[in-house]
Amino acid sequence: MATTAPATSALLELRGVDAFYGRVQALHGVSVTVGQSEIVALIGSNGAGKTTTLRTISGLMHPANGSITFGGQEITKTRAHEIVALGICQSPEGRRLFPRMQVIDNLRMGAFTRKDKAGIAQDMERVFVLFPRLRERMTQLAGTLSGGEQQMLAIGRALMSRPKLLMLDEPSLGLAPILVDTIFKTIQEINAAGTPILLVEQNAVRALEVAHRGYVLETGNIVQTGTGKELLASPDVQRAYLGM
Amino acid sequence: MIGWFRRVWENDPRKDPNAVVYFLLAIFAVLFPLFASVVTGGSPNFLLSVAGDAGVYVLLTLGLNVVVGMAGLLDLGYAAFFAIGAYTYAFIASDHLAVTPLQTTLHVPFWIVLLIALFVAASFGVILGAPTLRLRGDYLAIVTLGFGEIVPRVFKNTSTWTSGVNGISALDTPELPIWFKGPWSGDPLAVVQNFKIFDPLGYYVIMVVLLVICVVLVRNLQNSRMGRAWAAIREDEVAAAAMGVNTVQAKLLAFAIGAAFSGFAGTFYGAKLSLVSPENFGFSVSITVLVMVVLGGMGNIPGVMLGSLLIYLVIFMVLPSLPDTVTSIANAIGLTGLTQASGDFPGIGEFAARLKFLIFGLILVLVMLLRPQGLLPSREREQELTKGTHDDTIIEDVQAETG
Repeated sequence: MATTAPATSALLELRGVDAFYGRVQALHGVSVTVGQSEIVALIGSNGAGKTTTLRTISGLMHPANGSITFGGQEITKTRAHEIVALGICQSPEGRRLFPRMQVIDNLRMGAFTRKDKAGIAQDMERVFVLFPRLRERMTQLAGTLSGGEQQMLAIGRALMSRPKLLMLDEPSLGLAPILVDTIFKTIQEINAAGTPILLVEQNAVRALEVAHRGYVLETGNIVQTGTGKELLASPDVQRAYLGM
Repeated sequence: MIGWFRRVWENDPRKDPNAVVYFLLAIFAVLFPLFASVVTGGSPNFLLSVAGDAGVYVLLTLGLNVVVGMAGLLDLGYAAFFAIGAYTYAFIASDHLAVTPLQTTLHVPFWIVLLIALFVAASFGVILGAPTLRLRGDYLAIVTLGFGEIVPRVFKNTSTWTSGVNGISALDTPELPIWFKGPWSGDPLAVVQNFKIFDPLGYYVIMVVLLVICVVLVRNLQNSRMGRAWAAIREDEVAAAAMGVNTVQAKLLAFAIGAAFSGFAGTFYGAKLSLVSPENFGFSVSITVLVMVVLGGMGNIPGVMLGSLLIYLVIFMVLPSLPDTVTSIANAIGLTGLTQASGDFPGIGEFAARLKFLIFGLILVLVMLLRPQGLLPSREREQELTKGTHDDTIIEDVQAETG
């Protein structure tokens, strides 16, 4: 690493990332940074490339151009399971729990790359404190949980890897409004405990309310960026996403 | 040891159907020689020999259960690994190599071949798996189906090495370095060296020991980190990768372990029959083992063992003796007319013989209709089928979560 250190102390840095599905270009030179202890929101409409951005970060697909660094390390071409081991954990869209595994085994799967039994037990306890419902349903199959409980489990599972960066894809999708409150409150709690979060949401208002900074994606391009408050106040964002 | 018993007791094994079945299977295995001796009036050899053959299928089922039940990979060519295990024993534990271009013979002891066959079969599992395990579901099934057809054909057509359709015969009999003779075998008490295991009881004991080892192994595997990774892959491969599972490696391992069990079974089978022939490892073997896994309760170890024993009983005992059974029943209830051929009717015995596979099919269909989860399913499948899984929040849930 003889090159100069990056100017920012960003934990995660995407620089000019292009990504394709076959021939269709889904991302056009996307640059995003996430700093230590930040909540960063990625907002935009359906098909804007939010999920694709997460997928390129977590190694489920690889960028055609551009680079991704995490903690100063180049991870552009790193494979998914190695990226998890580096400390980036994604709670995928549609939750993607293991429906026919017990709640506790889903959580254990979250800690798959870890070997420290004591730490795992400690984090399991932390998840159960955040989501007491999960403790009650410990031995139930994940597929038999309600939608809200499944979302809690998805976030809990992501936390079990003790991530250096937590990526949440549409955590409020399909939840009753009152549960959305609980989920966003928990996101802030997790962040306050020291975990940076990259949040992808269609629910732009809620996401920008909790986010320190945000990016607005449109058809694979970043069209606007700023602090959460700035974006909430921006006329463009209000018109496009907040229906004002 | 005491701690283990206490733990088992505190979990109250009577509430756990699996524990009950393990217990019953163990008792059954121990008492079976005695039972066979009593029912046959002192000549248990036939029944013990059948039990040994049934054990081969239990071993195969345990192995395929790792691949299909635990990791969710549909393998339709499992008999190929069985063949590879059996031929491994045939090559290195008989005079056969003398008639091949090698012109030499190898007589490796049975116990060592067990280990060798395990590695050979597992290696073939990896060789087949490495290029194909990137495929999913149906595609993998087709490729394994092809492999299952290719392997017996290779053994059949490379006659310079394998004697083709004639197979390889006069395989070595397993030997124990030291054995005790005594009143139980009708001899005076004595120590025998290089004891050859000829009698079916010997094979029966070997099989029971093999099965115990294998059950302990797969049980530990299932409850291990790798077992959870397999379950996760079976549920959702992408999500498993997102959790940090190296999915290709995990699937390869499942394939290799499944193949290894099959190699075990093949070696035992070859040694017991003292003959291997390409005809013994056809598609029907792969399918029979798959049926045993599904019908017993995919993913549940005692379930698939129970399934394999019952299916074995039906295929190899009940169905072949069906014509005789119905004939004697007809005679006993006075319908002797039915036993005679008349016109198009061939007599009830022959009639039953013709309907054998229809009856087998009906049994399978009925079991799957009445118990789609298998005879003794894992707790997971049971819960899934009784409670159902859903992905939507319903009103009561919201109230329960917020209230």
